[in-house]
Amino acid sequence: MTDTMPHAPAPAPDEVMDDSAFVLAHGGDWNDVASEVARLQEERIVISMGPQHPSTHGVLRLVLELDGEYVKETRVGLGFLHTGIEKTMEARSWNQAVTMVSRCDYVASMCNELTYCLAVDKLLGITDQIPERAQIIRVLIAELARVSSHLVALGSLGNELGGTTLMTVTFRGREYILNFFEAVTGQRMNNAFIRPGGVAHDIPDEAIDQLIADWDKIMLSIDDLDDLLTENPIFRGRCEGVGVLDLSACMALGLTGPILRSTGYPYDLRKVAPYSGYENYEFDVCTEDSCDVMGRYLVRLHEMRQSMRIVAQALAKLRATPGPIMVPDLRIAMPGQVTVGPDGQGQAPDHVKHILSDSMEGLIHHFKLVTEGFHVPPGQVFAQTEHPKGVQGVLAVSDGGTHPYRVHVRDAAFNNLQSLAAQTEGGTISDVIVCVASVDPVMGGVDR
Amino acid sequence: MSDNQVQVTGGGAESAARTGTVIAQRHGAFGASGAGDVTGFGGFAEQVTMPGPSSRPYGGYFDEVVDSLTQALEAKAPTAIEKVVVDRGELTVYVRREDLVAVMMALRDEPALRFELSLGVTGVNYPLDKGRELHALYHLTSLTHGGRNIRVETTCPDADPHIPSTVSVYPANDWHEREAWDMFGIVFDGHPGLARILMPDDWVGHPQRKDYPLGGIGVQFKGATTPPVAERRRYF
Repeated sequence: MTDTMPHAPAPAPDEVMDDSAFVLAHGGDWNDVASEVARLQEERIVISMGPQHPSTHGVLRLVLELDGEYVKETRVGLGFLHTGIEKTMEARSWNQAVTMVSRCDYVASMCNELTYCLAVDKLLGITDQIPERAQIIRVLIAELARVSSHLVALGSLGNELGGTTLMTVTFRGREYILNFFEAVTGQRMNNAFIRPGGVAHDIPDEAIDQLIADWDKIMLSIDDLDDLLTENPIFRGRCEGVGVLDLSACMALGLTGPILRSTGYPYDLRKVAPYSGYENYEFDVCTEDSCDVMGRYLVRLHEMRQSMRIVAQALAKLRATPGPIMVPDLRIAMPGQVTVGPDGQGQAPDHVKHILSDSMEGLIHHFKLVTEGFHVPPGQVFAQTEHPKGVQGVLAVSDGGTHPYRVHVRDAAFNNLQSLAAQTEGGTISDVIVCVASVDPVMGGVDR
Repeated sequence: MSDNQVQVTGGGAESAARTGTVIAQRHGAFGASGAGDVTGFGGFAEQVTMPGPSSRPYGGYFDEVVDSLTQALEAKAPTAIEKVVVDRGELTVYVRREDLVAVMMALRDEPALRFELSLGVTGVNYPLDKGRELHALYHLTSLTHGGRNIRVETTCPDADPHIPSTVSVYPANDWHEREAWDMFGIVFDGHPGLARILMPDDWVGHPQRKDYPLGGIGVQFKGATTPPVAERRRYF
């Protein structure tokens, strides 16, 4: 039956199931399952594997058909974390929708926000009006988010191979980055900081001081990871020659990001089609030519150092570039520069005084912008950025209203996860674990 | 930018044909209805259209791409291209659904085109675009030609929601087509296994269609009910 149908379009009907010899094991003792399989004289086992990767707890289903220790077929079940983000965005204003898109790939929230905001900027026709300082802040934040995302990816890879230390090492470094995000945006994750037209507010000086003070600790985390893994013979043994996907496979399956760069092809949108002023930064595109899990590990490792290089340049530029962080167009920019006041709340005293004491028109304008939002001229755009997982695209369609007509997030991990069957079939079950980690799936982005 | 502004009705269907697809019609102002119209705003009507077909030169590499594509399709599918829209620096080629696979083949294989990388398929539902309610959008990138981008758009009517599958050309579109089927109910003929991917297998309906309500269940607290988003007061 399976010869003619590569993918089952529907559950197997009862009459098919009744005739076949199978053991249905829901958890239970592995010995019982093994003895039952032995009784049936059947080497073929179908199992739902996991959870093993931090991303797979209840939200990614891997169905493996095994012949002994070898994987005959891999199927990936998605949708367990589908929260209807794209649909929900249609009921929110363009500005509010940032909050939704932030929750897609929640490990690199602000990279999603950047792609979405670039799409809205393009729809509004204000791409070249974004103030210089806002561009620098966007790059700074996106690169730190990239480091944080890669740290999680590599820590999880190490963790899966039995090295819990690696998880603690990488999460330690990530914590300093999240502390910086907290100092800037008030939240560790799901920040909703990058906004159409610029960013929500300026970076406080204390946050910069804090980042500089923590710099060495972040770098130490990357170096520790390098020291523990790169030359580790056990790690190399598990990763080299595993999950091989060459350039043609990447093109066929639409794979981008570290997986594509591990084939030696230096495709990085920050260089190919620079956005947000990436052309003004010096950095190298990291590639490897091994096409395997080890290559993807090395690409991510080296990319973190390059990202920190960009962050250092961005910090220098930030000091030299005072100025606004939002487009001057008052029909788009949220009024009032919100800062954290002595009470710990966001306040804009001058603006509050302006609208409550001085200007009736100011109050009306404020009310309209907050309740209704800004109008976006009709049309459709597709913005692309180099997300830590690969090419992220946001299709934004406007019908001239204040809410998105349709937003689609092309999440790189959605495509990359699709390659799991190609990576794992024919290999051993232990390789599946390494392959899943090398894809770096974050189901919030995959399922949206 | 003036081409993209909201069009206030005058010519009706005639102006729509000239400017592009009608995607929304609005009446009145401020969302007020039910009360007597003392302001005259109730008679206010506007029709929103997508950017219409562009004329040459399209600019940049767009002319070259469209020429190469037209040339490649001359023998196989001379009428494949419906219209070419260039808007906000992006090239969109509208293609008849019958010729979609031939167009994709040409885009992938022609040396002058070489769009090797498919960034997936997604749908958009335009209920007002009669006979073309469901649109499928394909975003392609050419690595050979330094990251050129093109969007291929094709449509199908709600009554006959069939579009040929492109998985044979771009295997990357496998899951994307499943998602577009799941969310919009577009049937991709020839797909190796068009099962739902995000919603449960036994789900009824296609959630991202415009007629599918959002948040159908009110949230109750202190005896009050928060209505679904679509039924709340809106400010436009």
